[in-house]
Amino acid sequence: MNLPRSIALDELELDALTELVNLGVGRAAASLRNMVEDQVLLSVPAVAIVTREQAAQIIGEREAGELVAVHQAFDGDISGRALLIFPETNSLELVRAVTGGQLPLEDIIELEQEALAETGNIILNACLATIANMLQRSLSISLPEILHGHGPDFFAMAHALAIENAVLFLYIDFSVKHRDIRGYIAMLMDLPALESLKALLGDLIRRTAGDIPRTHASS
Amino acid sequence: MTRKILIVDDSRLARMSVARALGTLRPDWTRIEAANAEEALALAARERPDIALLDFNMPGRDGLALAAELRALAPKMPLAVISANIQDEIAARAREVDAAFLPKPLTEQALGDFLSRIQPSPEAAAR
Repeated sequence: MNLPRSIALDELELDALTELVNLGVGRAAASLRNMVEDQVLLSVPAVAIVTREQAAQIIGEREAGELVAVHQAFDGDISGRALLIFPETNSLELVRAVTGGQLPLEDIIELEQEALAETGNIILNACLATIANMLQRSLSISLPEILHGHGPDFFAMAHALAIENAVLFLYIDFSVKHRDIRGYIAMLMDLPALESLKALLGDLIRRTAGDIPRTHASS
Repeated sequence: MTRKILIVDDSRLARMSVARALGTLRPDWTRIEAANAEEALALAARERPDIALLDFNMPGRDGLALAAELRALAPKMPLAVISANIQDEIAARAREVDAAFLPKPLTEQALGDFLSRIQPSPEAAAR
């Protein structure tokens, strides 16, 4: 995809972004591990600029069935949406895992929405907060919302202009070692957000290389 | 005493960050870098580093698998596995191969503490 030069990420910027996501998801996995009391396995993050359709296809190729997603929008110097996605059939298992496995099925079903929202909230916040801290910016994060459907339902956006159809798409596979739970953490950013993200990644790289003081205050 | 330290991370930014902290803490040390486990093993066999700092989450073999192989190559070499993924199981596996476990992003303080544990700084040694 041809992108305007102002938003194309160079090799080191892409490296920095991948590393940020790695840090964020690593923290998120540690939070999830404490909730399910079982080891959480993670893949290395994939980062690409794709269309929304391609993003939906990437998830769709891996998961043909119904999906559940916990969705949170983030807003600030960079804005976008973060999703914790897993197969609908894993949903009760995840709730069972986070509630400790002692509850009867009817209670688990009753708790499902609430437990999913809270689990997603903890995981996505751990991820987004780490990224925001590393970039020395604050992000406001919306309340979690539960979505049911397929990949395209999650990535569609009403009133999108043609240029907004391209998104920065990051995703990571995760699974819980001794349970039948697998899923994805995905983040979508519109191209206008990429311009500020590029600038912030540049700042991070300069701070890391030592060109500007590490005490550089965030504005 | 000047030492040779191997830094392994698939992220160049992460290697820059470690290199910068080392530049402050142990400016006279020699740094060698690798971007994955394969490169690291080849480099370690050739260069014989004294210490290695390994990222955990890398494509291909992860930092713990690499730690075990480096351990076989150099049974006494101080190793540290660095990860933002601070799950108990990962820390436990690091201990099994006698590697320290350091949280990512690595702070100068945490790196300094690790280096002091394995080898006192020149100033401390002179006291």
